[in-house]
Amino acid sequence: MGSNLLLTGGAGGLFVALALLALGCAVAVVVAKNPVHSALFLLASFLWVACIFILQQAEFVGAVQILVYAGGIMVLFLFVIMLVHQRTVRGLVTFQNQWDFALLFLPVFLAPFLYVLGTEKLPEVASNPDALRMVDGRIVGNTKAVSWLLYRDYLLPFEVASIFLLVAMIGAVVLGKRSLEKMD
Amino acid sequence: MTVTINHFLVVSFLLFAIGFFGVLVRRNFLTVLMSVELMLNAVNLNLIAFSRRLSDLTGQVFSVFVITIAAGEAAIGLALTISLFRQRKTLNVEEADVLKG
Repeated sequence: MGSNLLLTGGAGGLFVALALLALGCAVAVVVAKNPVHSALFLLASFLWVACIFILQQAEFVGAVQILVYAGGIMVLFLFVIMLVHQRTVRGLVTFQNQWDFALLFLPVFLAPFLYVLGTEKLPEVASNPDALRMVDGRIVGNTKAVSWLLYRDYLLPFEVASIFLLVAMIGAVVLGKRSLEKMD
Repeated sequence: MTVTINHFLVVSFLLFAIGFFGVLVRRNFLTVLMSVELMLNAVNLNLIAFSRRLSDLTGQVFSVFVITIAAGEAAIGLALTISLFRQRKTLNVEEADVLKG
């Protein structure tokens, strides 16, 4: 019953409202002059998109999105903004002179997108509405189903991702440290 | 109103386009990084929508990986931001045009 309700009726209006909020916040990220405002609008956009994820039966990814983006990345962004903010932002022109370039890319992206949208026959209704929360034929919930797939079928990519995070951490430490030495 | 896959494609296209526009047009390096995050999020939206329509969890698993990559990319990008700021005293991407450290 839940899956039918999500596809029709009130959920359609809810999706449109969430999508418009997410897009509006995304536009605000790009046009806001102050990077602190940009970061907060980015956070709002992520939260709206997380709501759309949850509407699409991706509860785990929605929760991860909120935890990682709101809890991790956004704090990182705000710290860096506070570290570099004061002297640089004032008097800086917001936009650089690449409008022509950006407009040139519009048809390059839009044409193939519209072509695919017009010609491709895309899947509409989910063949098995409970597939996103099932393990071996039993309904166990989305988080458990995702973790089964992640640790059983995608164990190697999972480990590669953890090594990637380790490399990123070392890289961030090295990048931050070298410039400190030069200041001394 | 029924939400079809085309709605998701349009929303995710617009989100990606806004992010791409921000990368091209903004001067502040921090805002460029935020626009990249927007683009990654648009990709996630597509993965989730298709995962639902195809009744396949793989899309959700991959969007978890995309979020992981986004976290690493943000960490490296912000470290680069601090490094750039310490050496050039600016965040303007147009002034950071020399490869030499």
